[in-house]
Amino acid sequence: MIRDALVVAGKDLRLEARSRVALNQVLPFALLVLVLFAFALDPDRGVLEEATPGLYWVAVLFSGLLALQRSFAVEAADGNRDALRLSGLDPAGIYLGKVLAVGAQLLLLEALLGVGVAVLYTTELDGWPLLLATVVVATAGIATAGTLYGVVAAGLRVRETLLPLLLLPVLAPVLIGSTRAFEAALGGTPSEGWPWVGLMGVFALLYVVAGVLGFGPLLEEA
Amino acid sequence: MTTQIASTDEGRPSASAPEAPTSTGSRTTRVLGLATLVGFALLVLFSFVLSPADDNQGDAVRIMYIHVPSATLAYTGCFLTTLGSILYLWKRSQWWELVAYASAEIAALFTAVTLATGMLWGRPTWGVYWVWDARLTTTAMLELLLLGYLAVRRLPAEYSVRAKRAAVIGLLLVPNVIIVRQSVQWWRTLHQKPTLFSDGLDSNIEGLMLFSLFLGFVVLGLFFVWLLIHRFRVAWLEEQIADTGLDAAIAERRAEAGGVDAAGRATGPSAPGAPTLATGEAQP
Amino acid sequence: MTGTWPYVIAAWLIVLGAFLGYAVVTILRGRSLSRQVPPERRRWS
Repeated sequence: MIRDALVVAGKDLRLEARSRVALNQVLPFALLVLVLFAFALDPDRGVLEEATPGLYWVAVLFSGLLALQRSFAVEAADGNRDALRLSGLDPAGIYLGKVLAVGAQLLLLEALLGVGVAVLYTTELDGWPLLLATVVVATAGIATAGTLYGVVAAGLRVRETLLPLLLLPVLAPVLIGSTRAFEAALGGTPSEGWPWVGLMGVFALLYVVAGVLGFGPLLEEA
Repeated sequence: MTTQIASTDEGRPSASAPEAPTSTGSRTTRVLGLATLVGFALLVLFSFVLSPADDNQGDAVRIMYIHVPSATLAYTGCFLTTLGSILYLWKRSQWWELVAYASAEIAALFTAVTLATGMLWGRPTWGVYWVWDARLTTTAMLELLLLGYLAVRRLPAEYSVRAKRAAVIGLLLVPNVIIVRQSVQWWRTLHQKPTLFSDGLDSNIEGLMLFSLFLGFVVLGLFFVWLLIHRFRVAWLEEQIADTGLDAAIAERRAEAGGVDAAGRATGPSAPGAPTLATGEAQP
Repeated sequence: MTGTWPYVIAAWLIVLGAFLGYAVVTILRGRSLSRQVPPERRRWS
């Protein structure tokens, strides 16, 4: 299963390296979202600074949706789905591979967005351990839940509108948790943030199990 | 309007033979329906006339007799959907899948009712229609999660595809609600808000008010079951239509190929006047 | 307190209306669908 996961992850990441969609489209989109928030919230009034953690994670969520759509769009082309099923790869491995690939792209995105936020919103980055832990568990949550719901929406013409409707309510706890944890880290009270990391860890665990079990049966039918 | 429902549910015999009913009614639903109607009448009586206004909330408490049972039933429906989804995925039980679907739709109705009554209670009591307190927020999220499930279940696709995908969503409904509830609760209580926004019901609700609330649970519970039976049967009929539609289409195709269409007329390559490929005419 | 009654009435009307509406729609759909299906397939068996 792990070997298959690495095969699939490698495939997805190599696809990305060649097409550079995440780099050329998703990342600029994320930065665009940050800029739009600045327009909407008027930097001079201090709202932007206070809202920074939340805005960062909203930008990550929206960009994450794009990355997930892309992850399944590449399978929709040219009968890839059938090829995947016939390939003999363990479905759980395929699932984990996709999770790893999307997760890697998200981590890169989050790092670059973090720089963007530090620059555009003049945020000082404190509380490193908590920030890093939050990023890891939140990304795990988005990638695991997103890949599972992605396959539910996969292969359907309504995929682009269905996936956000399914995924965003499910990811609401991740948004709440990651924002609170970031606020705690940046505000100098990291002890308040760690429980949230725990909650998001449980979330990611739930979804990785659900995904490993459910991906195969869902991939089976047309 | 009440008469219309009454005539559906009470003693009016169905128009055709018992084995082939042209409605989703049955003796059980007629009894239940009648009990529900009577119950609602009683509930209105108790809520408006017989029970007193609350010391703190005033007459707004009369909304609670629907709001609280609605919320409970909404979550019960959600639980049934998850249960049904599990049993469908595990045992391939279509019966449970239909229960899951019907439950979800009814739960969505009750959730909407909960939110609406909550808002209409909040305005006179708190001064605002909405607060981001744990319960209202979680209930709003429940509605969104249910709408997602319903969207998947209603996809234009084959039953096995729709049902399986919806079942995965349905299976995760209860876990999602639990996680959302937990995160929203932590979020709203970690930074202590003044008790202005604490939950509406007094801890020492008693007497006629308590009875009215209890009655609300009973009546809405009966109504939920009544709706569930009917909605289940409707869901079953929907699938039958999809099946019979498919069967009819297949029969037509076969008949055409065999030279006789569904109405018994001769068709196909041997039929007079039908276009043939043999003439070498240009085909699109 | 007098300002409360409009909300109470509105709440109850909305609820009863929604419940009634959904019940009627469900019953009517049930009848319409029943007619389109052959008698032996109308009920779960």
